[in-house]
Amino acid sequence: MDQLSQTLGKMGGVFLLPLAVALAAFVLIGAPSSWLTLTVAGLSMGMMIFLMASGLSLVFGLMDVLNFGHSAFVSLGAFIAASTLAALSGWLGSPSVLLNIAALLVALMAATAVGLVAGLFFERVIIKPVYSDHLRQILITVGALIVAEQLILAIWGGTPTTVLRPEFLEGSWIVGGSSIQVYRVFAFGLGALVYLALYLALNRTRIGLLIRAGVENREMVESLGFRIDRLFIGVFMLGSALAALGGAMWAGYETLITPALGGEMLVIVFIVVIIGGLGSINGTLLGAILVGLTSNYVGFLAPKVALASNMILMILILLWRPSGLSPAVK
Amino acid sequence: MTGSKFIKTVVLLIWAALLFAPFLFQDVRSIEVAARICIFIVLVASYDLLIGYTGIVSFAHVMFFGMGAYGTAIALDHIGNGWGPLALGTLCGLVVAVALAALIGLLSLRVKAIFFAMITLAAASVMLVLAVQLSGFTGGEDGMTYRTPDLFKTATKLWTDADGKVVRIADVKLNGKLAAYYMVFAVSAVLFWLMLRMVASPVGTVLQAIRENEARAEGIGYRVVAYRTAVFCIAAAVASLAGSVYAVWLKYTGPETALSFDIMIDILLMVVIGGMGTLWGAAIGATLLVLAQYYLRDLMGVAAEAVSGVPLLPDLLNPDRWLLWLGICFILLVYFFPRGIAGTAMARRSVKG
Repeated sequence: MDQLSQTLGKMGGVFLLPLAVALAAFVLIGAPSSWLTLTVAGLSMGMMIFLMASGLSLVFGLMDVLNFGHSAFVSLGAFIAASTLAALSGWLGSPSVLLNIAALLVALMAATAVGLVAGLFFERVIIKPVYSDHLRQILITVGALIVAEQLILAIWGGTPTTVLRPEFLEGSWIVGGSSIQVYRVFAFGLGALVYLALYLALNRTRIGLLIRAGVENREMVESLGFRIDRLFIGVFMLGSALAALGGAMWAGYETLITPALGGEMLVIVFIVVIIGGLGSINGTLLGAILVGLTSNYVGFLAPKVALASNMILMILILLWRPSGLSPAVK
Repeated sequence: MTGSKFIKTVVLLIWAALLFAPFLFQDVRSIEVAARICIFIVLVASYDLLIGYTGIVSFAHVMFFGMGAYGTAIALDHIGNGWGPLALGTLCGLVVAVALAALIGLLSLRVKAIFFAMITLAAASVMLVLAVQLSGFTGGEDGMTYRTPDLFKTATKLWTDADGKVVRIADVKLNGKLAAYYMVFAVSAVLFWLMLRMVASPVGTVLQAIRENEARAEGIGYRVVAYRTAVFCIAAAVASLAGSVYAVWLKYTGPETALSFDIMIDILLMVVIGGMGTLWGAAIGATLLVLAQYYLRDLMGVAAEAVSGVPLLPDLLNPDRWLLWLGICFILLVYFFPRGIAGTAMARRSVKG
């Protein structure tokens, strides 16, 4: 038994869980083609959720700040992207693929930029006065979430907004009898790219080193003379921008969005960071992939249970590991 | 007059106004408002037991409220409109709410406040989805409309004169509607009084000790997790009863009235505006906010029309946007008066006037 756990630990420990889930689902589903479709769907969903959740997790790890208003950035990104795409519908409609790609890039960049600016504003105005006071933090960020949602409602209205998608992301490929939506592959690729960039930034750069050190022991980094509060603003802005990017991707995935989108995602994002362990990027990725895969598999196998599947997953994992699968050292 | 006495007087005046509400304000809408105030005072006060007295941030309070409401509603809808089903449904809702509260409490009250807040949020959202999805049982999105015991029917005559007509006192018909209102009032008043007693008891002092310094309370020998779980269960029980009463009063239960996250936000706003850590403040917050919900919107509608020529302003003043302004007030309040109306007033030694 000990040997087994040691071998498992060497091979990646808890990071094997998605693989185990996928294998179990393969046996249960029995049809390789539907399994493949579901796996791709789950992975791409997981990657989009990872985009939204990574910032929240880092911000908490670094400064012990939990931002209930995080989902406002998700909605904001979604609507900014939708509006940009609508404004560039000329480019989208043109037969040139280059113009299509340009429109998509502009939309994603607009969402990210707005996320950055909104994050700066949010940190300065909302969060800064209530560092290290959890009760007031929760209250204030909830208040900010209400205000942000109402503003989005006032600007974009309550009726569902249609999101245009570039031509080359429509449709699906047929691989061995299972259809794979192109958009999902795109979402997965983009998410993986962002993860890679984050991973490299955290592990290969000086700032990344400081962030990791700050997550582990903030006082020590401060006493060594580094301005961790400035670092924190940067991380907060980055987290908001990623959330906005995730929201923009999600908007393209859903193609019909309402201002309630952020609130719906907030719960999933929370479940993901709880499962993964607060403060760690790898844990968040693990949690996001697990949630994405299980909700797709369960949705296929037992649609009635699907709604509660995330909750059940979270309870099971919390019973097993009360502080999440892969928490940052604290 | 000291601030504390002032606040208590105001709350007693509110209760007095609620007691005579059917006679003071004689239109249908006012009675609706009064009943809603009664129920929300109880609901907010029970939430204050958690957030104000014990320092627990839960987002599942509306879930317990909904369980009471749905328990009663399902029993009345599926079994019949007698007193038996009413009692059974209320009891079932109560038992389920307390059991679930105990489960959540034991599972997660050991962890940090922030974890607990997230877990309760997730639990509440799952419950909302379940209530909408199990439509055969709960009526789904549309909810349930049902009949309550005959005593509460508007057509019921409590008192008839020689001609068989309903007796009027000060122009108010003594009919079933009045009986229903006084049922709501009585249950709410009793529950509020019980909570006041509880807070004044030694248990209440222990709860405050836990809020102020958890490690110390533990060190003195109080079992913090047990106390927290207990108060979480008590709050859940009170919320569930409030939900049952609301279900009987409205004769309708649906996700919008009993489970939606909007209600949770209302509760949060009420408790913070009124003042955390004083049940008196909960009463003030609930009253102010319910009044604002019903009457401020009308005012905003008028204002929106007045500025209809200006761009964006009418949108912002739209009655549907009132939450926006409330949210801004809420943030400012948490910054500058974290103790709310009652807390700020009670901290002062004397109040003018």
